[in-house]
Amino acid sequence: MSSLSLTDKLAILADAAKYDASCASSGGKKRDSRDGKGLGSTSGGMGICHAYAPDGRCISLLKLLLTNSCIFDCHYCINRASSNVRRARFTAAEVVKLTLDFYRRNCIEGLFLSSGIIHSPDYTMEQIVEVARALREDHDFRGYIHLKTIPDADPALIEAAGRHADRVSINVELPTVSGLRRLAPDKSQDRIEGAMGAMRGAIADGHDARRRYRSAPDFAPAGQSTQMIVGADAATDREIVARASTLYERFDLRRVYYSAFSPIPDASAVLPLRRPPLMREHRLYQSDWLLRYYGFSPQEVGAAADPATGMLPLDIDPKLAWALRFRESFPVDLNRAPRELLLRIPGLGVRAVDAILSARRLRQLRLEDVARMTVSLRKLRPFIVTADWRPVALTDRSDLRSMLAPKPAQLELFAA
Amino acid sequence: MHRVCLDAPDDFEGWRTQARRLAQAGVPPEAVVWQVGDAPGDLFGVEAQALPPARGRPFTVPKPFVTLAEQALLHSDPQRFALLYALLLKVAANPALLGDRADPLLRRVETMASTVRRDIHKMHAFLRFREVEEGGQPRFIAWYEPEHHILRANAGFFVDRFAAMRWSILTPQGTLHWDGETLTEGPPARREEAPKGDPVEAAWQTYYSAIFNPARLMTGAMLKEMPRKYWKNMPETALVPGLIADARRRELAMIAQAPQVPRVTRHAPPQDRGAALRLLREEAAECQRCGLCSQATQTVFGEGPEDAAIMVVGEQPGDQEDLAGRPFIGPAGALFDRALAQAGVPRDRLYVTNAVKHFKFEQRGKHRLHARPNVGEIDACRWWLDQERAILRPRLVLAMGKTALRALTGQNISIGQEAGQGLMLADGTPCRLTVHPSHLLRLPSQAEAEQGFKRYVEDLRGALVGLDQDSAEGLEAATDHLQGMS
Ligand code: SF4
Repeated sequence: MSSLSLTDKLAILADAAKYDASCASSGGKKRDSRDGKGLGSTSGGMGICHAYAPDGRCISLLKLLLTNSCIFDCHYCINRASSNVRRARFTAAEVVKLTLDFYRRNCIEGLFLSSGIIHSPDYTMEQIVEVARALREDHDFRGYIHLKTIPDADPALIEAAGRHADRVSINVELPTVSGLRRLAPDKSQDRIEGAMGAMRGAIADGHDARRRYRSAPDFAPAGQSTQMIVGADAATDREIVARASTLYERFDLRRVYYSAFSPIPDASAVLPLRRPPLMREHRLYQSDWLLRYYGFSPQEVGAAADPATGMLPLDIDPKLAWALRFRESFPVDLNRAPRELLLRIPGLGVRAVDAILSARRLRQLRLEDVARMTVSLRKLRPFIVTADWRPVALTDRSDLRSMLAPKPAQLELFAA
Repeated sequence: MHRVCLDAPDDFEGWRTQARRLAQAGVPPEAVVWQVGDAPGDLFGVEAQALPPARGRPFTVPKPFVTLAEQALLHSDPQRFALLYALLLKVAANPALLGDRADPLLRRVETMASTVRRDIHKMHAFLRFREVEEGGQPRFIAWYEPEHHILRANAGFFVDRFAAMRWSILTPQGTLHWDGETLTEGPPARREEAPKGDPVEAAWQTYYSAIFNPARLMTGAMLKEMPRKYWKNMPETALVPGLIADARRRELAMIAQAPQVPRVTRHAPPQDRGAALRLLREEAAECQRCGLCSQATQTVFGEGPEDAAIMVVGEQPGDQEDLAGRPFIGPAGALFDRALAQAGVPRDRLYVTNAVKHFKFEQRGKHRLHARPNVGEIDACRWWLDQERAILRPRLVLAMGKTALRALTGQNISIGQEAGQGLMLADGTPCRLTVHPSHLLRLPSQAEAEQGFKRYVEDLRGALVGLDQDSAEGLEAATDHLQGMS
């Protein structure tokens, strides 16, 4: 292993991290290094995507595994003990150097470090924490750090991780307990959720302390997130949305990431070999938005799914699916309806709704006014009433879905 | 006609002072020509008039307008000064206009401002420094080509972030230099003045190719956020065409590399199909993918050796199967056994399963009458069948009845005339069709029942023959058949 060059290791350990969906450097606190001492800054709100990969995903953080060796044997994971992949391992100092080198060239916002489990959960966690400690203390690094924590590690180590990191995450891995049992025999939902609960407590304590003493150290100011793998167990979209919303509530999560299960080299025979259901992943992210920004309840999102299969349609977005199922809620009068109802109109985003609310204080909105504030009037028309427009009753239109859905040919691209 | 000269393309203070003065004097927008520096005079051959003296009327506009104007003024559109001045007059007359996002002029200015914000953001993101040595110390130099006049507006961001470094940003419009303490501006630069490369860049390119998942190629999504116009100054984008061209090959390689003998076996070895099936069966026991689970007693999962060459797919468990938790043990199962015996196919060499794994029924008094699963239920349950097939990888699948065929193909194919025939499933597995044994139980006359049973036995025997056939020939026939059907 020692014969591998740093670049060889980088190739192996970045490749091993590519299945992880989370990458964002958002949330948290604004920092800079204008005092001329440290290196780096964070913008506080939105993170910066420094590049995009041909898979459409943003590159914001240097996403690495400390090592891809693992004593666990999770079937969905390329790094599991029984896999034949090439193994490599960084030293803490090597990860620190790469992070600083890339950061100084403005290639990244910071580091996202995860790891296979070697020796023991504690040993592994110590190594992860050491990277963050060295960056923060030895190099006064003020960029973003996201650490993946290991549920079984000593709470003192988790605590140290939270002190150095902007964000911490613990993966729930799979939406169902039975899926977890089948595909990750070494992991247990109780332990994972226990760790998430403890982390929630620590973050809350950190906020409290900051409120009382300004000098108290920050504790994971960007909160905690989690990831679950979609498509490797039998969970339906309806179950996944319900599970995500419970996780948001119970653990005060900032984000739930979905990672479409991807065919991996040297796959375990327990798994089917298929392309990842990317469109499904996309629809789940859209439904996540409905929960977090559009005021939908998990039950309502669930109602957008097919009653028999529990799956969200792939050809149209979940908001449109909901609208088509609850046609009696439409059309909505843009000049009168409250914000909550405007947010339910398919094709209207939060920004367009705000624009409508402020504009209608000054004038009666007509279709041409709406056209200037939104992207596509075509999709909107059946659902809205304006000063000069009233659609025919939706219930009369049996062809509405086909009118609004994109041509099936475009879907081929995403077919699972 | 009044002519106003501004110091620089991003001279907001200059514009603000002059615009205020013009507005106070009541000069209409069409009577002003705005220019930057000493642009050619005599525009449109009109003599420039001196600016009218300020009349000192108090003059205020809401704060959001100032913010908006500051951003929009950085746009490269030469009309921006005039548009902003026109908007200033409108807003001064009616401050509420700022809330009216349907107003065409406001909309246009807002679009300019948001374009500028995007350009600013992209410069934060896509600018790359290269390291050079200068007097024994590192210095970081970037070449960047912003689309709008954002260089000065962006200085603060880079000072905040890289205060401890010494750096320069070179652009065709001007340059910024930071020496660790002060920021200085310089004249426009040429690309040749920037360093050509940097040793860390190769490592960055390695990272960029490794983090890309070829199984998820989505070029459109990438181009939306990182349009080609930004590529020329980013070292990693040179790799994109190659990565795209190679993606399919890499994905197939990922799949082809699939099951090898595992290196370590600590748990139930994952290559052990029996273990995989057992775990899958346990998971299925908790399935709630459709409504049928709530009424049925239990999940009835498939049964048979994990190395079975033939997988038989029926419709759905019945009353007795539901109670016992095993497939094909009721009246239809008995008929199936009889037919197998006549065809000479040993049942214990088959893997037998159902398309839908829960019993669906209507309660009539004490009796539970079998009800047909609908398409939604079949499609929901298909997940399990797909998993079973993926683990077993049978050499032949025998579909009994329309429901089984729907579950295997996702399509509605009528089975009547096709019985005894074959087709090829999406993954290349040959599939033969026959009727479901319960169909034979429902035939009205004795004669028909006998006739049907005979054919059924033939179909089962045919499956065995199909298995023994030269596989190439078998596949060919199956493909022909599939084409004939579509
Ligand atoms: S019928 Fe199939 S999909 Fe529906 S609950 Fe039962 S096992 Fe799940």
